[in-house]
Amino acid sequence: MTRAQIKTDIIRNKYIYIMALPVVAYYIIFHYMPMYGAIIAFKEFNPALGIIRSPWVGLKHFKDFFEGVYFWRLIRNTLLISIYSLVWGFPAPIILALLLNEVKNNYFKRTVQTISYLPHFISLVVVCGIIKDFTSTDGVINDIIEFLGGERTNFLMIPEWFRPIYVGSGIWQEVGWGSIIYLAAITNIDPQLYEAATIDGASRWKQTWHITLPGIVPTIVILLILRLGGLMSVGFEKIILLYNSATMETADVISSYVYRRGLLDFDYSFSAAVGLFNSVINLILITSANKFSRKISETSLW
Amino acid sequence: MVIKKTAGERIFDCINTIFLVMLAIACLYPLLYVLFASFSQPIELMKHRGLLLRPLGFTIDGYKLVFKNPSITTGYLNTLFYVTAGTAINLFMTSLGAYVLSRKNVLWKNTIAFMITITMLFSGGLIPFYLLVKSLGMVNTRWALIIPGAISTYNLFVMRTSFASIPDSLEESAKIDGANDFIILFRIILPLSKAVLAVMTLFYAVGHWNAWFNAMIFLRKRELFPLQLILREILIANDMQSMSNLEGLVDISVQANADIVYFARLLVQYCTIIVATLPILFLYPFVQKYFVKGVMIGSLKG
Repeated sequence: MTRAQIKTDIIRNKYIYIMALPVVAYYIIFHYMPMYGAIIAFKEFNPALGIIRSPWVGLKHFKDFFEGVYFWRLIRNTLLISIYSLVWGFPAPIILALLLNEVKNNYFKRTVQTISYLPHFISLVVVCGIIKDFTSTDGVINDIIEFLGGERTNFLMIPEWFRPIYVGSGIWQEVGWGSIIYLAAITNIDPQLYEAATIDGASRWKQTWHITLPGIVPTIVILLILRLGGLMSVGFEKIILLYNSATMETADVISSYVYRRGLLDFDYSFSAAVGLFNSVINLILITSANKFSRKISETSLW
Repeated sequence: MVIKKTAGERIFDCINTIFLVMLAIACLYPLLYVLFASFSQPIELMKHRGLLLRPLGFTIDGYKLVFKNPSITTGYLNTLFYVTAGTAINLFMTSLGAYVLSRKNVLWKNTIAFMITITMLFSGGLIPFYLLVKSLGMVNTRWALIIPGAISTYNLFVMRTSFASIPDSLEESAKIDGANDFIILFRIILPLSKAVLAVMTLFYAVGHWNAWFNAMIFLRKRELFPLQLILREILIANDMQSMSNLEGLVDISVQANADIVYFARLLVQYCTIIVATLPILFLYPFVQKYFVKGVMIGSLKG
């Protein structure tokens, strides 16, 4: 298009460009400006000097991070929490969807679904407050353990219990909600396939295994790519609500470390470097997961 | 045609039903426990061990205390403001973006879409984001909780998919009648997209209702705090500064007993959880079908 054509188009359809303006401005200001701001990772940021005039220090902060005492602990904790969440949390909604699909009584099915989505909408603060109360030394879980003849323990103060609590409560909160997308995929399977299978004498188990499961594989693959892409990103919100000085050893992940060093200790440049390192790893992970999936299964995000 | 169930199938159905009932109980019970406990007498609560199946005794003193607390009432009002104003801005901005991306023949449309997609894969990180909001002068203002999250990219794409499914002929005939893009969006597209609008409203509103982290890092003035931040103090930090006065609940002068004060605090915590979760619990049965719809629209590849 020539410059003159562009001009006529903009004048003729000016309203759509007026509409695009605040949206583009929003993305530039609140998403691209922070990307630009991430260059403080290579500087010694001084709030009084601002981003541009703060002096460059090259890779100093990255070096400090890689050689620091917490580096391997953070990588290990982030990866382990992700992997446990993936191993236990990823199949759970798929299994739930398959089980719900076997229920023939619609009223019962809908009731179970409605109840199982509920935890998804409860705020993280409340969920963590409930976890804290239930797992405390005189909380209800310890009451049951004592009743069964066990010892009382303050679970949130024991490093070994942090991951199970984090992962378990995550499954509790998301299993129902996560099953919706699979149930939707199951509804899209052609009913003729089941009719043909029934005529051929396939049992319900065989139908699940040979029709339902293959029918939702593309959905599973897409969600798996997303999960693998997020392997190194564990959100800090739940971590900082649940951890304490006693459980740092297993609970502290990259994002919570960035939060603490940056916003509590005001080590802006150092924590920006850690955050940038994390963002780059995430980008690499998601693009490779996508590429890998396209190669082996022809399903991909883009 | 009625197919007789085999014995194996009957056993499976039976186990499946039991399993799903147990799952539903597991999802609901923690909240029921908190609800029962919030109406219980602190002394009874202290003596009690194990699961609660009904309130122990009955008192609404905990609730009285919660509602007498100025932090909670201002927090409630603030949250109502953030939910209303925030959701309104979210919907306006998201509709504009979705409309621009769903129209044909918009110059640089692919560039804009690309620019937006990138932000889903890469971000500058928490620290540059924090410094940006700070440099915009939003710290300690209500804007900090409303503007930086004005658009959720995921929701934007869901809405675009929905808008794109509306036939172009409607738009074209409106254009011939002299309608501009604003009129087309607000008079034609949005009224035809009530389902997706309902879903977006609910997603955004629940997000605002449950948000606490941005408030924690951007707000210092207590009179601006949303409810979740007050909740965090009471539930997680165990900071009873906003709950110093428990006299109404237990007669501390008579029974100078640390235990009873502890359980009185617990009671207040339970009541706060219920008060903060009630609106969601109450609305939930009416709106949950829209949530499901939202996930379904999002799961279609657009």
